[in-house]
Amino acid sequence: MTDRPDPAPPRDAADAVASFDLARRGPLAGLQHFLHLYPTMVPIIVLVLALAAFGALAPNFFSAFNLSLIAQQVAVVGTLAAAQSLVILTAGIDLSVGAIMVLTSVIMGRLAVDLGLPVPLAILCGMAGAGLAGVVNGLLVTRLRLPPFITTLGTWNVFLALNYYLSGRNTIRSQTLDAEAPLLKLFGARFNVGSAVLTWGVVLMLAVFALLYYLLNHTAWGRRVYAVGDDLESAKLAGIRTDRVLMSVYMAAGLICGLAAWSSIGRVGSVSPTSFQEANLESITAVVIGGISLFGGRGSILGPLIGALIVGVFNSGLRLMGVDVLWQLFATGWLIIVAVAIDQWIRKVSS
Amino acid sequence: MTRTQLIRAALATTALTFGAGAAMAADSACLITKTDINPFFVKMKEGAAAKAQELGMELMTYAGKVDGDHESQQQAMESCIAAGVKGIMITASDTKAITESVRQARDAGILVIALDTPLEPVDAADATFATDNYEAGRLIGAWAKGKLGDAAANAKIAMLDLNESAPSVDVMRDQGFLDGFGVDVKDKTRIGDEEDPRVVGHESTSGNEEGGRSAMEALLQKDPAINVVYTINEPAAAGAYEALKSFGKENDVLIVSVDGGCPGVENVKDGVIGATSQQYPLLMASQGIEAIAAFAKDGTKPQASQGLDFTNTGVNLVTDQPVDGVASISVADGTAQCWG
Repeated sequence: MTDRPDPAPPRDAADAVASFDLARRGPLAGLQHFLHLYPTMVPIIVLVLALAAFGALAPNFFSAFNLSLIAQQVAVVGTLAAAQSLVILTAGIDLSVGAIMVLTSVIMGRLAVDLGLPVPLAILCGMAGAGLAGVVNGLLVTRLRLPPFITTLGTWNVFLALNYYLSGRNTIRSQTLDAEAPLLKLFGARFNVGSAVLTWGVVLMLAVFALLYYLLNHTAWGRRVYAVGDDLESAKLAGIRTDRVLMSVYMAAGLICGLAAWSSIGRVGSVSPTSFQEANLESITAVVIGGISLFGGRGSILGPLIGALIVGVFNSGLRLMGVDVLWQLFATGWLIIVAVAIDQWIRKVSS
Repeated sequence: MTRTQLIRAALATTALTFGAGAAMAADSACLITKTDINPFFVKMKEGAAAKAQELGMELMTYAGKVDGDHESQQQAMESCIAAGVKGIMITASDTKAITESVRQARDAGILVIALDTPLEPVDAADATFATDNYEAGRLIGAWAKGKLGDAAANAKIAMLDLNESAPSVDVMRDQGFLDGFGVDVKDKTRIGDEEDPRVVGHESTSGNEEGGRSAMEALLQKDPAINVVYTINEPAAAGAYEALKSFGKENDVLIVSVDGGCPGVENVKDGVIGATSQQYPLLMASQGIEAIAAFAKDGTKPQASQGLDFTNTGVNLVTDQPVDGVASISVADGTAQCWG
C-alpha cells in the first residue's frame, strides 16, 4: 500500500467509491442514461450488428428473400411474444401461451373439419376458447392471488392435456384443410414485395404489435398496465383497480394467442398437436432479448418484435453457415443472459 | 399408531392381498411406454390389450408423462416387480439408466422385453421386439435411388433428422437411408460424417410439422437444387412439403419417410410422400404378450431374428410407384395396416 503508483490515492473506502462513481459519469454512464431513456435501442443495436455479421459471414444470407423468410419463420413466436409482453409488463409471466395457442388451433381444426361447422364460426369459437383460457389465468391470479408463474405452470399442463384429449393426438392434414377449411390457412398465404416474400402471418404479427403500441402508449389502459407492473401498491394507492387491469391483460394475452393459433395453422400447413412444444419459452426469450424487464413496468412493446427477429437472424445465419444445431441453442442462451445483464445494469441508473 | 397410519396400513394390506390374488388368478404382464400421447404407443397398448384378453392374461399399463421421462418409467418398473407379474414390456425413455431396474426385474424371475427401442446394451433385456430401423431407412433409400435412375448420381439430398441428441432410431434411419441410396456413410453410428457432395446437409425437425418446415427452408436456402428429401417421420415430411410448396418446388422433389401412421400413408396416396417405411407397433406388443405367455407356461424365452440381436417385427415399404428390386406393398395394403 505504501508504494502505490496512483499519484492521489483515495484516503478511505467511501472516497474510493465516490471517485469510482465519478469516473463512470463519463461515456459509459452517458450510455447507461441513454439506454435507460430508450430501452429499445439495445435490441436494435444487437439486431443491426447481427445482420451485418451474418451478412458478411453466411452465404446467401443478405438477400431480400432470406430476410423475408426469417420474418415468416418468426411470425408465430413473434405474435406469441406480443401476448407474453403484456403479461411480463405487469411483472407476471405466462408459461401457458404456447399451450393456449396449440389448443386453440386444435379447437378450430376439429370444429371446422370433424364437426363440419362453418369455418368462420369455428374460428370464432377458437378465439372464444383462447380468451376463456386467458380469463382462467386472470381469475387464478387476481382472485386466488396465486403467483403468475405457478398459475400458468399449472394451466400450461391443463391446456396441454386438453389439447391431446381434443385432438386425439392426431394431425389434421394439410390436404384435408385445403379441401374443407382453406380459411384456416389464410395466414400462410404469400405475397411478393419486390423479391421479398411475405405471408399474412407476418402482417398479422406487425398489426398486433402496432395495435399494442398504440394501446400501451396512447390510452389510459396502457398507462395503467405500466403502473401496475412498476409498483402494484402505488398503483392501488393511486386509485387504479389493479385486479381489473390484470384481468384485462390476461384476457388480451389469451386472445392474441388465439390469433397466433390461426396464424400457426397457416405456417405449419396442418393442425399439429405436437408442434410448438417450446413456444412458451421461445416467446419469453424474445421478450427478454427485446429488453422488457422481467420485473415489470419497463420496456417498449416493440422490443420483443426486435427480440424475436434477433433469434430468427441468429438461427438462420448459423444454419446457413452450416453450424451444428447445438450452437444455435448456445447462442440463444448467451443472448438471454446478456440481455438480462444489460437490463440489470440499466436499472441501476439513478433518476 | 394414529388413525391415518392405521388406515394406511389397512389399505396396504388390502392392496397386497389383491395383488397376490390377481397374480394367482391369472398370469399378468406390464406394458410401460414412453408416453401415452403418441398414436404409435396408443396402438401398441391396443395390441397388447387385445392379445392379453385373448390369452386370458391381465395387463397393467404405465406411461411416462413426456418423452424422456425416465423417473416415471422407473417407478412403473418397481410397481410391476412388486405386483409379481410374469413379464414386462418396455419402450425405454433412457435406454441406459433403465437397465438397473431391468436387472432387478430379471433377478425376480420376470421376463423383460424391450419394445421398439433396444436397451443399451441390447442384452440387458431378455428380448427386443422392434422395427429394423436401419432396414426401414435402407428401403426408402434404395427406392429413391431406383426412382431417380441415372439422375441419382447427381442428386441433391436433404436429410431431416430428429433432434440434437440423435437417439439410436435417428441414427439408424438416417444412415440406413444413405446406405440404401448408395452413399458411403463412413461410421454407421454417426450422423453427418459422410463426404458425399450429394448430401446438402442434416437438420433437426423434432419430428413434427413445424420443425420439418423450418428445417426444409434452411436446407433449401443452402441449396435450392435439392431434389431428394429424407425425413425421420411423416409429420416432419408434411412440414417439409409445405416449405417446398412455398418455394414452388413441390413437384420436383422426392420425399421419403418412415413410420406408416395413417395420416402418413394418406400422404403417400396424395403424392406428398413418395414412399414410406411402415412399422407395426401393434405387432410388437401382441408378439410380446405371446412371448410372455409362453414364458409363463414353460419358461421358454423368445429368440432373436437371424443375423440380428433383436426380434424383427417387420417393416414394409408403402408406395404405389414400385421400383424394380425393392419389395413394396401398395397404399391400399398400407392403409389397412396403418396406426394412429
